[in-house]
Amino acid sequence: MDGVAPELAAVSLRVNGQEHALELDTRTSLLDLLRERLGLTGAKKGCDHGQCGACTVLVDGRRANACLLLAVTLDGAGVTTIEGLAADGELHPLQTAFISHDGFQCGYCTPGQICSAVGMLAEVEAGWPSHVTGDLAGAPALDAGEIRERMSGNICRCGAYPNIVAAIEEAAAR
Amino acid sequence: MRPFRYARAADEPGAVAAVAEPGAKFLGGGTNLVDLMRLGVETPSLLVDVTRLPLDRVEPLEDGGLRIGAGVRNSDLAADPRIRDRYPALAEAVLAGASGQLRNLATTGGNLMQRTRCAYFQDVTMPCNKRAPGSGCPAVEGEHRNLAILGHSEHCVATHPSDMAVALAAFDATVRVVGSDGARDIPLVEFHRLPGDAPERDTVLRDDELIVAVDLPRLPVAARSRYRKVRERASFAFALVSVAAALEVRDGRIADVRIAFGGLAHRPWRAAVAEDVLRGAVAGSEAFVAAADAELAAARPLRDNAYKVGMAGAALVQTLEELAA
Repeated sequence: MDGVAPELAAVSLRVNGQEHALELDTRTSLLDLLRERLGLTGAKKGCDHGQCGACTVLVDGRRANACLLLAVTLDGAGVTTIEGLAADGELHPLQTAFISHDGFQCGYCTPGQICSAVGMLAEVEAGWPSHVTGDLAGAPALDAGEIRERMSGNICRCGAYPNIVAAIEEAAAR
Repeated sequence: MRPFRYARAADEPGAVAAVAEPGAKFLGGGTNLVDLMRLGVETPSLLVDVTRLPLDRVEPLEDGGLRIGAGVRNSDLAADPRIRDRYPALAEAVLAGASGQLRNLATTGGNLMQRTRCAYFQDVTMPCNKRAPGSGCPAVEGEHRNLAILGHSEHCVATHPSDMAVALAAFDATVRVVGSDGARDIPLVEFHRLPGDAPERDTVLRDDELIVAVDLPRLPVAARSRYRKVRERASFAFALVSVAAALEVRDGRIADVRIAFGGLAHRPWRAAVAEDVLRGAVAGSEAFVAAADAELAAARPLRDNAYKVGMAGAALVQTLEELAA
């Protein structure tokens, strides 16, 4: 574009426990790095503008939109994608809950939904309030209303929300 | 996206020196800037990443206020027990904005520096005085249902989308900046500009100035404060109208009050006229309605957004009634 040559920069980061030292076009998003360079196609490209949540991954334990993160900014960071959630061949409890509650139809938003839910439950565990938390002073209780508000950054165009909420409620109760 | 070079700032002077290059921009959480780069609206030749500067703390000030580092993420700000306890409307405002993922990325300084914008600004195939000065404003006669009713000009009718900044405006916050000419403090209510005939400038910040912190003064009235946001869906949407208000009633009369509106103007709108009406008045619906009417008498709605006048007034009255209850 504009006949301007790409700019390259070095970045080292850990993805699902594996170290990667890379030379990247500075424009590369974390999402494109995962999908196009590292072959991790679990995180999905929906809107590419941070509005749909399909690309949600965990960066140093916090949920984030991989489409808005420039990979070059993540030197030294640890990224967990949907491919890295299962441990020793055992699905993550949220993965199991999504299956048992049928928390999807087409499945395109599901990796983002699950990574987002993992990060969200950690936020509740840490006592972070939400927009619907009645009393900001206390520790928030996780009910369906809280889950819906906290998961509003993940869109499901099939409308599987009732089952997504049920799956998260069950996993949270474990 | 146009190619750009990337540099990570090691300290504040280094950041300020690096951004002096023409075409350079600071990068915070990137939730607005990276998006605008992808749309072709922003085309920096160098990004100076300031997220690794040690500006990620909320610290007490000697006067009893709080200093919020520019790098404090929105999620950490809203979760801070001191903010929740002493400035609840600020925590509520931050929690009313964006999504959980975006709040984990977005920084305090970046939130203030997000562009005042509308759909035409984000569409490079359309004219826009903010993006391409002198090209015209299609929103004046076009799609402006969600745009400004206060302080706009024939050149731009966009609104500032921040929720956080509305609460900061109500609470007399100060923006601390450093630049090649040294440091200065800018009252938050003067930080963002009205469009006038230069809508391309959203703020009074100079190109080589870096936001390092936002200071909240000690403000007892803020302990009793609320943020009310009216939007088209229950979550993850910009405000049509929002209100941050703090109220202290003593012996039935209003001893202290702070009010700012969001969604109405090119910047957070501190409602000084309404505050003047309320100070000393008997706390009740009559005074609340009078205050809303007085402030909104200055409204100049566009063809399709006159609904915001009534909506803003009702939001203010309801918020004050809750606080007075």
